[in-house]
Amino acid sequence: MEVERETIMHLADLSNFSVSNTECESLKQDLGEILNYISQLDEIDVSDVEPTYQVFEMENVWRDDEILPQEATREELLALTKEQKDNQIKVPKVL
Amino acid sequence: MRIANKTITATRLVKDALDKAHEFKDYNIFTFLNEEGALKKAAEIDAKIAAGEKVGKLAGVPFAIKDNFLAPFGETTASAHILEGFNSPITATAVAKLLAEDAILIGRTNLDAFAHGSSTENSYFGPTLNSHDRERVAGGSSGGSAVAVALDIVEFATGTDTGGSIRQPASFNDVYGLKPTYGCISRYGVVAMASSTDCIGFFTKSLEDMDLLMSIASGKDSKDLTTLDDYYNNSEVAKAEKVGIIKDFDNDSVAPEIRAALKSKCELLKSKGYEIIELEMPALKYALAAYYIIVPAEITSNLSRYDGVRYGFRSDKSTGLNELYANTRDEGFMPENKRRIMIGNFVLSSGFYDAYFLKAAKVRTLIIKEYEEAFSKCDFLLTPVAPNPAFKLGEKANDPVAMYLEDMMSVSLNLAGVPGLAIPAGKTASGLPIGLQLVGPRRSDKDLIEFAKVLKEDK
Repeated sequence: MEVERETIMHLADLSNFSVSNTECESLKQDLGEILNYISQLDEIDVSDVEPTYQVFEMENVWRDDEILPQEATREELLALTKEQKDNQIKVPKVL
Repeated sequence: MRIANKTITATRLVKDALDKAHEFKDYNIFTFLNEEGALKKAAEIDAKIAAGEKVGKLAGVPFAIKDNFLAPFGETTASAHILEGFNSPITATAVAKLLAEDAILIGRTNLDAFAHGSSTENSYFGPTLNSHDRERVAGGSSGGSAVAVALDIVEFATGTDTGGSIRQPASFNDVYGLKPTYGCISRYGVVAMASSTDCIGFFTKSLEDMDLLMSIASGKDSKDLTTLDDYYNNSEVAKAEKVGIIKDFDNDSVAPEIRAALKSKCELLKSKGYEIIELEMPALKYALAAYYIIVPAEITSNLSRYDGVRYGFRSDKSTGLNELYANTRDEGFMPENKRRIMIGNFVLSSGFYDAYFLKAAKVRTLIIKEYEEAFSKCDFLLTPVAPNPAFKLGEKANDPVAMYLEDMMSVSLNLAGVPGLAIPAGKTASGLPIGLQLVGPRRSDKDLIEFAKVLKEDK
């Protein structure tokens, strides 16, 4: 399947990463071959079949709506970020 | 496995393991070695044993975890640059259960970044070498764990299997590898890849070890609402009579020596009084295509959390927030991670959803039905794990579809949620391990382990 440059750029945008020009060329080829392969599902007729999204035997596993003790403390979690200020995670300016 | 007691100390076991880890350093098996911590823990266990105190079932047993299990021992990297510096404060339930039985963590093992791959070549830290031929791949994605067990560095190792990532490297390295029934072992604290197919399992050198580990690790976990009640320890082993082989896999796309190994195991079973039946499972032909639609779709969702903000690597080239996300993800993901995220976004896009994702979900139903039907005719299925033995390093690295084809016979189990046990089944003429997988209905994990004993040649 022929994949256009615009498609690659659109998918990169949806995926939230930038793609360089050289990367775009190899992605065009790789994604084209992958799409070609998965398109073989066109061969079979499944119009009367119900879809399956998960194979767990139960649905809607509920628990009581209460705060459970957490394994990690706020300090431990904040320590994982690159930059913090006033006990919060710091990121570049948004506005 | 060797368990510490008054004659063999935990310190001895741990020192042996660490010595071997150093001896085989150039295989690139470990992303982190827990040297100080392991020796300290060993001394504690030895003191308990000396004092006559009770110790766990895995006292002093050296083990390794695939580097996508969270635990406060070194960084959890999933062999991906984007998790650099991630020192998890929490411990995966599966790891906690092993530690509670006094097993000793030796290190973290290499994988394809985020478990995306079938060779461990997609790792940010470079490939792991095959235990039997250093010019060949370890298999993947749990390549490091398989080789750590095969080279006898540790007694066992954990792995994850989303489409074959335990069974295929097990078969490439001559060890046992089990992908349990979906929902058997808690996934709390394990880096998610595809939530509807991800399973936790083990690599071992014996079936007895596999049974012991399953009895420890399985069961319901309040932290993972997709876990089943503990059926493993309440299973009665059923008597098997019939073993099925899948006709659709018996063709030229499978290496002749693997087909011969399967045939020889069938002869062995016949000689022991079991009936072999041939089955047709035509939908399995489409399992790989369905898998490479469903799994990337789930990957797209699960990997959206890596943004450089809360943990892990953050690109320092950015002036704005959106740029920070894009640059971090661009620099932090491996090419295969990007391909899968993009394919996932493609098959979920409006205009393509019905043709790809919905269709794959329907094919999944057909596959589940075929397995159900198969297990109404036989007790287990015996099939190859992969179409070829371990391939050369670099051979398929630049051809994503060729790499995907390696998963042809392993992915359908994950789509159906049924368990599969990879067993060693001899070697090729050039000495490469051959593996076969024993497949059973949901919750038949214990039966598989028990029946695999029948498949061992009598010595």
